[in-house]
Amino acid sequence: MSYFSDIYGGIKTLLTGMSVTGKYFLTSRKGAITQQYPDNRESLKMFERFRGEVVMPHDENNEHQCTGCQKCEIACPNGSIEIIWDRGIDEATGKKKKKIDKHIYHLGMCTMCGLCIEACPTDAIVWAQNFENSVYDRTKLTKVLNQPGSKVKAGIED
Amino acid sequence: MTRFFSITKNIHEWLFDLMPEGLARVVEMILIAVVYLLIFSVAGLYLVLLERRVAAWFQLRIGPNRVGFQGLLQTMADALKLVSKELTGTERADKFLYNLAPYFVIISSLMALSVFPFTKDFQAFDINIGLLFLIAISSIGVIGILLGGWSSNNKFALIGAMRSGVQTISYELSVGLSLLTMVLLAGSLQLSEIVEVQKGGWLIVQGHIPAFIAFMVYMIAGTAETNRAPFDLVEAESELGAGFHTEYSGMKFAYFFLAEFINMFIIAAIATTVFFGAWLSPFGITESIPILGVLWFLGKTLILVFLMMWFRWTFPRLRIDQLLTLEWKYLLPINLVNIVFMAIVVLLKITI
Repeated sequence: MSYFSDIYGGIKTLLTGMSVTGKYFLTSRKGAITQQYPDNRESLKMFERFRGEVVMPHDENNEHQCTGCQKCEIACPNGSIEIIWDRGIDEATGKKKKKIDKHIYHLGMCTMCGLCIEACPTDAIVWAQNFENSVYDRTKLTKVLNQPGSKVKAGIED
Repeated sequence: MTRFFSITKNIHEWLFDLMPEGLARVVEMILIAVVYLLIFSVAGLYLVLLERRVAAWFQLRIGPNRVGFQGLLQTMADALKLVSKELTGTERADKFLYNLAPYFVIISSLMALSVFPFTKDFQAFDINIGLLFLIAISSIGVIGILLGGWSSNNKFALIGAMRSGVQTISYELSVGLSLLTMVLLAGSLQLSEIVEVQKGGWLIVQGHIPAFIAFMVYMIAGTAETNRAPFDLVEAESELGAGFHTEYSGMKFAYFFLAEFINMFIIAAIATTVFFGAWLSPFGITESIPILGVLWFLGKTLILVFLMMWFRWTFPRLRIDQLLTLEWKYLLPINLVNIVFMAIVVLLKITI
């Protein structure tokens, strides 16, 4: 008797499948996932998990959260990150303290693996959602992430 | 409608005045053939566009919408590109058969179009064995595919062509038997007669349960006949490159492609004629204006074409043994039982 139940099952799964695609067909006008890219350049927003490039966010006082611990530099598998650091006197405590001079990021070498961002203990570097990264000169792909004159946010190391 | 047909009548009389009868008849046939060729090559192109848009919508995409308004000129541009491309071929291919194959396919599918009753009196060739002619012609197309696969000197093409042979010969039975079920009800093979019978109600309504089973079997087998997904073992991109037309390029490839879509139209048009009353409107609402029959015919056909696209974009491809199991163990026995069932229904006059 499995013959007849096979036929029944066949027709049933046929209709189930067709109802799924039928629903897609009817909602495709609103929910199309295609981006008509160059046309909607202004309004196109990449999704949150998109890996565009590594950036270091600065707040309104020009303060970042990088303590210069170099964990990102060590985590990077192909040396896209170089940190030039120095020691300076901390005003609050008067002790000697490590601080970054330049956080150099080579976008041209980066494979977007995200290990640096996972390694960062203070969330100083994050993914940006921009995607138009092409330039005519290769040297423009080497970026200094910390803005000139910026300093580390107070209390981030505690 | 009367005006339209008076034009054809005038041309007919003018031709017969101008030249001897035999020659006039030949010229008339050629004229009709050219008109059909023009209409259906354009219709085929638009079916390709429809397929692409519908496929896109099923997959939550947008589809081609750049060339012309909403992409309406897209396939025209594609055809133009294909015409201008170089015709390549393999070394040591059987040149004669290689060049012959695409014409076989396209001619056999265009020949089948001649018998459809698009509306009352708008039928190029109303022979009394219409349905038999259609079944016969639709199985000739496979010779073209076999020739193409055989002669292009390519293993993948040959495998594709052989699969096509297996598939078409198997599913031919189901197509023929399911149509035969309806012939039992209609009592004629002539397409205009079959339409005439349906004036009281479409055959799928008249024949209720057995007719519906026959329709389902016909649509499955018909999809297999046209070598479309989920039965596209012939082309199976992931296994065989492009199957039997791997080695074809330019316009010869376009012929295969166009023939596939015209075949789809033909399968849907046969279903429209046999199951859904061809150009007859539902409940006879436009009975008085027969020219609207063309619209009804095309409307019903397009709905069935859409149904075929629907299962194309829903189901994955079958394996060759599953394909043959489906035909020989399921469709054919169901069909044979169904034909007896229909005979009993007709004999006891329990049709609606």
